[in-house]
Amino acid sequence: MPLPRLIPCLDVAAGRVVKGVKFEGLRDVGDPVELGAAYSDAGADELVFLDVKATLENRDALVDLVDRVAARLAIPFTVGGGIRRREDAERLLLAGADKVSVNTAALERPGLLTELAALLGSQAVVVAIDTKAGSVYSYAGTQPTGRDTVEWAREAESRGAGEVLLTSIDADGTRDGYDLEITGAVAGAVSIPVIASGGAGASAHVAAALEVAQAALLASILHENPDRLRTLRSELRKEGVPLRDAT
Amino acid sequence: MRAAVCDYGAGNVRSVMVALSRLGVEARVTTRPDDVLEADLAVLPGVGAAASAMDGLRAAGLDGALRERLDAGRAIVGICLGLHLALHESEEDGGVAGLALVPGRARRLAGGRVPRIGWAPVEPLGEEFYFAHSFAAETPAASALSEGLVAEVRCGSFVGVQFHPEKSGPAGARYLARELEAARAGSDVS
Repeated sequence: MPLPRLIPCLDVAAGRVVKGVKFEGLRDVGDPVELGAAYSDAGADELVFLDVKATLENRDALVDLVDRVAARLAIPFTVGGGIRRREDAERLLLAGADKVSVNTAALERPGLLTELAALLGSQAVVVAIDTKAGSVYSYAGTQPTGRDTVEWAREAESRGAGEVLLTSIDADGTRDGYDLEITGAVAGAVSIPVIASGGAGASAHVAAALEVAQAALLASILHENPDRLRTLRSELRKEGVPLRDAT
Repeated sequence: MRAAVCDYGAGNVRSVMVALSRLGVEARVTTRPDDVLEADLAVLPGVGAAASAMDGLRAAGLDGALRERLDAGRAIVGICLGLHLALHESEEDGGVAGLALVPGRARRLAGGRVPRIGWAPVEPLGEEFYFAHSFAAETPAASALSEGLVAEVRCGSFVGVQFHPEKSGPAGARYLARELEAARAGSDVS
């Protein structure tokens, strides 16, 4: 198995890094290219750029952002948020993204995963799943779908997804640790890599997540601060987590 | 130095272009056999699916141009799928005949999580590189391994890598710089 991965997540809107609670009162906190480059220098294994507005008029800004990130960075990055059509995904990959993540659109039309995998290869297709009490929620975690999380992860894999980005709505923002139970259940049910997301507050949480998942998404724990990633990496290495030598 | 990056359809060739230009290479994405023949370096990038990529290469006549380059001892670099295409065949897409520049075949990974995604050590290179693949080469021309899988292949003037040097940070840039230096030296001789 490849080494466990740390993946900082940057929320973006209209080409800027934003911060806000439940997509309201978004605050501009910087340039995604600069912050992404700083994370890369601090040892990020990959990056995720999540378009939290995901409106149609925001599409061009996202493609432009991907273009600028690709010109600057030499590590892999995923783009997600509001990708609904094959053409959207293709445009983002041509602009330089390595993977796209799809969430609500795949729930509404699972065949999208198959189309994307045929076009781009499974390794470029991430299914993002928002889960609460074992069930899947769509539309940024607001709408219950009634689907069982483990079952949906299995179906997404069989339809062509190459990775699962699993966010626990219960754990998200608590800083009490990742939801190891659902993460472990999904990782045990699929044979594609799983990225744990939601709840990281300390290095021990990340270490525990990396015991059951292949990667950990890092959002609020980093506070948009690359130095925090540096510290976290050295803490994890001291705890025996075999992270890559990023020099 | 000029590089011709073979264009065979959808996917991210941008990162390869950026990585080459960072190293001072004048890179061009092309479907023209003449470009592939004339450049100092030809690159088979690592994106898309095997069947459509081979169709694209043959339709453009790039298969012949690449064979001619290899016979003339001129540098070719294949990345990920680009390595698989150089082999005799690939199991991908129900079986695809390759360019046969290098003996061997690409087989679907068995065991572990597939796709195999992430950073892993490559020996004897002594560094970690980024991988994202569901197939791997089986070939007598292997020159480096990662966790028992073929990570680098050398055969005449062809060098193929399973990892993505263009996505492997400083380690990847160092690797590409070394290969470009070798291609440059070879180009000066010929």
